[in-house]
Amino acid sequence: MKTDDLVALLATDAAPVPRRAASRRIAVALLLSLPVAALIMQVEFGVRRDLVQVMFWPMFWVKVLVPSSIAVAGFVVLQRLARPGVAVRAGWLGLLVPVLLLWGLAMVSYLLAPETRRADMVWGQTWRTCVFNIATISIPIFVAAMLALKGLAPTRPALAGACAGALAGAAAAAVYAFHCIELAAPFLAIWYVAGMAVPMLVGALVGPRLLRW
Amino acid sequence: MARTTTGSTTQGSDAELLLRGLFMRGLDGDAAAYHQFLQRLSAHLRAFLGKRLFGWPDEVEDLVQECLLAMHNQRHTYQPDQPLTAWVQAIARYKMIDLLRSKSVREALHDPLEDDLAVFAESDTDASDARRDLAGLLDTLPDRQRLPIVHVKLQGLSVAEAATATGMSESAVKVGIHRGLKALAARIATGKGTS
Repeated sequence: MKTDDLVALLATDAAPVPRRAASRRIAVALLLSLPVAALIMQVEFGVRRDLVQVMFWPMFWVKVLVPSSIAVAGFVVLQRLARPGVAVRAGWLGLLVPVLLLWGLAMVSYLLAPETRRADMVWGQTWRTCVFNIATISIPIFVAAMLALKGLAPTRPALAGACAGALAGAAAAAVYAFHCIELAAPFLAIWYVAGMAVPMLVGALVGPRLLRW
Repeated sequence: MARTTTGSTTQGSDAELLLRGLFMRGLDGDAAAYHQFLQRLSAHLRAFLGKRLFGWPDEVEDLVQECLLAMHNQRHTYQPDQPLTAWVQAIARYKMIDLLRSKSVREALHDPLEDDLAVFAESDTDASDARRDLAGLLDTLPDRQRLPIVHVKLQGLSVAEAATATGMSESAVKVGIHRGLKALAARIATGKGTS
């Protein structure tokens, strides 16, 4: 086929194109998958019964808001990675800063705590299941985000996959916080972060394979 | 050195303005402006890729076509807050790296890939023939996608005429072309992935 013929052919397919398609696709993916994630949390684990009381404790909000802010930053970074030639720049900070703040908070509360309580703050009662549970809840969000990316044009597929994973993991952690009984910052700094890292690593591994275009 | 850089940058930014204007009208559905944009774009791509694929002149026209197809299919990922040059160059680079990786000769590239945004600095309207024939790939598409493309491309029919010729509705012809172009791009990508 001659290039001029191809050009003429492409020009016949010049239907108006929706604006801000990257943000829109990813947002739709999140809106569709978050309820599924919440449903998995409710059915598999259940919302904690004392939720109303817990809502008056600051640590509960740390547990919800740290992952939420990572998820928001993940959204911003992902819609940039999904568009060719767009630099992410300060977006990376949005992903990193909440984690660093959480680690700082964990360090301080660990050092201030009496030695007898420290092990408890790190291991809690649910460290065996926390990472796995967050990763499980993240599955529908991860799948939806990857499907949204399939229709977009990430030029760095490993990074885009990792970001989709981080977004899914962070949103899942925020959802899981409504079940989880742990309230110690060191626990969150280790196990919640690990729970978010699992889908992130999976995304980095499968991105180059699945996101070709 | 300084003079040539300034010269090509000015030419590049003039081209940016012109191409961006045509492209934006194309995104709103103006087929004539879009056609003109694609013609100019292909000339810029030919010069840009020709210089970087110095050792493989045969590959250039294939890659120009692949880039055009990719840019067409991904044009919804362009947002007006971004220079068109950056978008075009990122896609051209992505496709070029893909090609070089599949040839596993990435290290033999003459130019470093971290280049300035010079994709519109030059243009080359002298198209040589593509080696990999897209028409061959076209044969693998289902009829409802292949026939509209064949009629519009080979016979040079309008969408309305192609609809009469194939007995399809006009919107079915448009949908067929649209999906067919996506399928062609996917076939190129998977073909490279498996080879």
